[in-house]
Amino acid sequence: MNKTVTLAQGNGGEENNELITKVFYKAFKNEILEKSEDAAVIEDGKFAFSTDSFTVSPIFFPGSDIGKLSICGTCNDLAMMGAKPKYLTVGIIIEEGFSIKNLEKIVRSMKKELEINGAIIVSGDTKVMPKGTIDKILINTTGIGEILYSGISSNSITEDDTILVSRDIGCHGATIFASREGIELDSELKSDCASLFPIVKKLIDAGVNITALRDATRGGVAAVLNEWAKQSDICIEVDEESIPVSQEVYGMCEMLGFEATALANEGTFCLAIKKEDGQKAIEILKEFNLDATTIAKVTSKHPQKVILNSSYGTQRFLDTPSGELLPRIC
Amino acid sequence: MCLSIPSKVIKIDKEINVATVDTMGVKRDASLDLMEEGDIKIGDYVLLHIGFIMNKIDERDALDSIETYKEILAIMDEEDRKNAILEDDECPNRGD
Amino acid sequence: MELKLNNLYDDFRDGQTIQAYQKLIEQEAKKISRDINIMEVCGGHTHTIMKFGLPQLMPKNIHFIHGPGCPVCIMPKERIDHAYALAMQEEVILVTLGDMIKVPGSNGSLQNARAKGADVRFVYSPMECIKIAKENPDKKIIFFAIGFETTTPMTAALLNAVVKKNITNIYFHINHVTVPEVMKELIDSRDEHIDSYNNRIDAFLGPSHVSVISGAKIYEIFAKEYKRPVVVTGFEPVDMMEGIYKIVKQFVEGRCENEIQYNRVVTYDGNIKAQELINKYFDKASLFKWRGLGNVPNSGLKLKDEFTKYDAEIIYEKILPKHEIEDHKLCICGDILRGMAHPTECTIFGTACKPSSPVGSCMVSSEGACAAYFKYGNII
Repeated sequence: MNKTVTLAQGNGGEENNELITKVFYKAFKNEILEKSEDAAVIEDGKFAFSTDSFTVSPIFFPGSDIGKLSICGTCNDLAMMGAKPKYLTVGIIIEEGFSIKNLEKIVRSMKKELEINGAIIVSGDTKVMPKGTIDKILINTTGIGEILYSGISSNSITEDDTILVSRDIGCHGATIFASREGIELDSELKSDCASLFPIVKKLIDAGVNITALRDATRGGVAAVLNEWAKQSDICIEVDEESIPVSQEVYGMCEMLGFEATALANEGTFCLAIKKEDGQKAIEILKEFNLDATTIAKVTSKHPQKVILNSSYGTQRFLDTPSGELLPRIC
Repeated sequence: MCLSIPSKVIKIDKEINVATVDTMGVKRDASLDLMEEGDIKIGDYVLLHIGFIMNKIDERDALDSIETYKEILAIMDEEDRKNAILEDDECPNRGD
Repeated sequence: MELKLNNLYDDFRDGQTIQAYQKLIEQEAKKISRDINIMEVCGGHTHTIMKFGLPQLMPKNIHFIHGPGCPVCIMPKERIDHAYALAMQEEVILVTLGDMIKVPGSNGSLQNARAKGADVRFVYSPMECIKIAKENPDKKIIFFAIGFETTTPMTAALLNAVVKKNITNIYFHINHVTVPEVMKELIDSRDEHIDSYNNRIDAFLGPSHVSVISGAKIYEIFAKEYKRPVVVTGFEPVDMMEGIYKIVKQFVEGRCENEIQYNRVVTYDGNIKAQELINKYFDKASLFKWRGLGNVPNSGLKLKDEFTKYDAEIIYEKILPKHEIEDHKLCICGDILRGMAHPTECTIFGTACKPSSPVGSCMVSSEGACAAYFKYGNII
C-alpha cells in the first residue's frame, strides 16, 4: 500500500478494500464490523445501523442531486439488510459562499426521499468551512432501521440461490461522467438514484426467501458479485448476454471505454434468492422496472471468483474494478 | 489508435468546423479538422477518435460485410441441419 | 437493407457469426500441417482477443503473439520522468490522455505527482487544451502527446489551431511513434537462441485505426519483402475472426498479400488530409527509445524546426532528466512486447506486478498484454 492516500482508494473497488482492511478494520476490529454487510446488525438482530458520506460532484445531475442521494444511500443500506429505515442523523459540511437557494433545493430533495422511506431526521450537525477548503458541500447520513426480515447475509449464499438484478445497470456512473466538466456530452442519461425500501418491503410481504441483497454502488455490479463470491466462498457464473444495459449507458461505455458492470448505481440492487422463489421475485421486481432479470447462477467451478459466460462459448473472469475510473484511449 | 467508435452525424457547424455526432443516444461534438471540406454530410456514419472525426464509414462496404456474415450463417445452419439429420439416421434407437 | 448505427456494433459482435468463423478457421487450419503465429500489433486487438476469449476458439495450430501496440506500454521511463518534471513546475499545467496518468516513472506516476500538488489533467480530446489555456492565461499548458499514427493528426490539429489562433501558452512534448518501423524491428531482431515464443512472426493483423489514417499502403513492404501476409483488421470480435480466417486462407492458398478486412473504413491510401497535417508539423526523429525494445530507428516524431518555440522538450531542456534508466530487473516487458514471452511466464505477473501496482508498462495500460491477461485471461 502507498504511503499517502490516493484517489483510487476511494473507488469502492480493490484499493478501497485494501485501505479499509489494512487501516480501519485493523484498528476497529470486532465481529460485527468484520461481517462487512451493507449495514451492521445490532442488538441481537433487532436493528440495522449504517453510515454513508456523500461527496458527489456535480451536486445536481440528471435524475437526482446530492440531497436525494444522501437519503437514498443510507436508507438503501438499511433496506439491503431487510430493515425499515426509521431514524436518520445528518452532518453537513458547507463551503463558505454556497448559495442558500441551492441548499434549500438539496434539503427539499432530502425531505421528499425521507417521506418515501417513512423515515425522519432526529439529529444533525452543520459546519461551514472557509472558501476553497472543501468542494461546495459534503453530507454524511447515519441511519437506524428496524429489521423486518432477519438472516440476510452476504456470507450465506449457496448453490441453492439464483442471482438477480433489479434493473438495467450503470446509469448513475454514466450520468455522473457525462455531467462532469471536461467531457462535454449531451445525452438522455439519467441517474437511477431511488429508494429501494418500497421494493424490499414488497418482496418481504410476498414471502420471498431472500438470502442476500446488496445495492451496487461504487464498483458497480462487478464489485457486488465479487464481494459475494469471496464472503460466501462460492463461484458466481454470469450469463453475459442477460445483463441489462440501456442503449445510452452502452453508448457511454463505448465512447469512454468503460464496462457497465464497473459503473456505480444508486437505485439498483443485486439479489440472491432461493431458486424456487426466483420467478416470484422477478415478477415483483418487474412491477418497478421491466428490465429486472436473472443474471447468474452459483456454482463451485472457481470459488471466490466471478465468471462471465459468453453466448458463443468463451469464458472470462469478471474482477473487482480497480484504479481510478479513467477512460481508455488507446 | 484503438478506441475509435462509429457514430452518426446529426448536425454540422461550418463556422467552427465541428460536427455533432450521436452514439446511441449520447451526443457529442467532434472536430472536422481532419476531413476535407464538404466530405461529411448529415446522416453520414463516421469513426470518432478523441474528439475528432477520423473517417467516413463506407455504408456499402459495411452492408456487404453484414451480407457476407448472413450468408456464412446460412451455410453453417444448412451444414448443422445436414449433420443433425445424418446423426439421426445413424442413431441406433431410431425405429424403422 | 438500410444501415443503422446499431448494425455497426451488434452485427460485428454477433455470437453466432463468431461461432461460424470459428468453424471456418478450423476447417481451413486443418488443410495445413504447420503452425501459424499471428502477431496483432494493435493494443485494441489484444484487448478484443482477451475480452472476447478468442484464444479459446482457435484450433491447435493457430497462435497469437501480442505485439507492442500500446503507446502507453512502450513509453520509456525516461520520458515519463520528463512528464513528471514538467508537471512539478509551478507554472505548468500538464495535460495528457487517459492511461498515461498511471504509468510509473522513477519518482512515481503523474497520478503521484498530482497527489503531491502538481496540476495534471487528463482530457478526452487534445482540443480541450485550448479551453484550459484560455481559463489559465498565466499558466503554461503542456500537452504530453502520445500515440501512434491514429492520434498524431489530432496533436497536429491542435498545433494547427494554436498557430492559427495565436495562442501563446500551449506547448507540446511529443512522444508520437510510428508502427511500420517497429514491425520491421521485431522481424529483424529475431534471436535464434531464445526458445520461448521464438519470435516466429508468420503474419500480421494490421492495426485498425492507424491504417485509417495512414492507409494500408504502409504494410506493402511486409508482404513483398518480408514475406509476411498482412490483413488489416477491425477491432470488433467478428472483424478479428474474419481477419484471422483471411490470414489462414492465405497460407492455405500459398498467397502472401497485403489485404484489407476492415474495408468499411480503411483504404489503401488512407486519410490524405490527416497525413498532410502530420507532415506539416512533424519530422521523423532518428531515434526513439521503446521501453523493452531499445532504440528503434526512425520510429519517433518530433516537431519541425520552425515550430521549436512550441517544443516543451527544448524550452525546458535544463530541468528535464537526461540519464538512461534500466527497467526493473524482474520485468520482462521487453520480451513480451517482442512476442518472445507470455505474460504468464513473468515471475512477478499478478503478484508484485498487477493493475493496481504496475511494475512494467504492459500492466499499466488496459491494452497492455499483461493487463489484458490479468483481467481477462486465466480461466483454468
